[in-house]
Amino acid sequence: MKRLLAIVFIVFALALGAAAFAIDPLPFKDNAQRDRFQHLTRELRCMVCQDESLLASNADFAKQLRRQIFDMMQQGKSDKEIKDWLVARYSTFILYDPPLAPSTIALWFGTPAILLAGGIVVVLLLRRRTRPAGSIAEDLGDDW
Amino acid sequence: MRKPVGRFVPLIVFAALVVFFAVGLVWNQTHDARFVPSPLIDKPAPAFRLPRLENPTQFVTKAELLGKPYLLNVFASWCFACGDEHPTLMAYRDRFGVPLIGYDYKDAPQDARAWLQRHGDPYHEVITDQSGGTAIDFGVYGAPETYLIDAKGVIRYKHIGPLTPDVIAKELEPKIRALEGSGT
Repeated sequence: MKRLLAIVFIVFALALGAAAFAIDPLPFKDNAQRDRFQHLTRELRCMVCQDESLLASNADFAKQLRRQIFDMMQQGKSDKEIKDWLVARYSTFILYDPPLAPSTIALWFGTPAILLAGGIVVVLLLRRRTRPAGSIAEDLGDDW
Repeated sequence: MRKPVGRFVPLIVFAALVVFFAVGLVWNQTHDARFVPSPLIDKPAPAFRLPRLENPTQFVTKAELLGKPYLLNVFASWCFACGDEHPTLMAYRDRFGVPLIGYDYKDAPQDARAWLQRHGDPYHEVITDQSGGTAIDFGVYGAPETYLIDAKGVIRYKHIGPLTPDVIAKELEPKIRALEGSGT
């Protein structure tokens, strides 16, 4: 058991190490700029390997875009300018945080709408159950 | 008495969920989530100036290619799917009705030349982008990719992944014919 734990620990340590090495050494001006870079690239999708962020991915595509984003930061571009630049080329799909647009209405409001519908059903059912005693017996059926 | 409609509510909800999930399953099987529609459709293609594969001292620019529509096919010698696509390009190169221009993406020119020599060269012209810098402007992320650019330099269609006879017949050829019809 101890050995198994050790193996699990080593595997996790190696996996973490690999993730850390995916970040190429870029000459940031200061820690604040590095933090900004990491925050920004974490919110961006690596188009080639879609379940990874630009920050974490080791793909050639992600490396090149990280370099590009780094260069744009040195030129004093804001996060919004950098995102707009990327969206113009790769569509809003590159953003992990989808903007509110006609095509994303279902995404933004679908879940709350279903939750609301479910809530209304629950309220209606509960109100039926609190009707006068005579009707309760009938309503405790197998409806739900 | 129970209301007759109320009885069927669970069935209706269940049926709605079945339809919902079935649509999702079918959609997933017929669509590849990696292939995202390009925001560049119906926008001017980015300006470029790239060396020719055959003679890297000569450059091809976007301005030089204006005046007639052309296909831009992003490929690389390291790209497996480009090998899958290659026989289709060989078969269709003279049937598109517009020039087929190869865009050698992040590739060593000698590798690309060897690859074209070994498999055959379907392109009327090949330009090279070794750094991949211009490819970012085109929104390239997965070779092979194919762009249809009209006489005014506007991107009219983009296909990500290998062109197949089916894709050509159903999507690409109608787009090319439409360009010929409108005279642009």
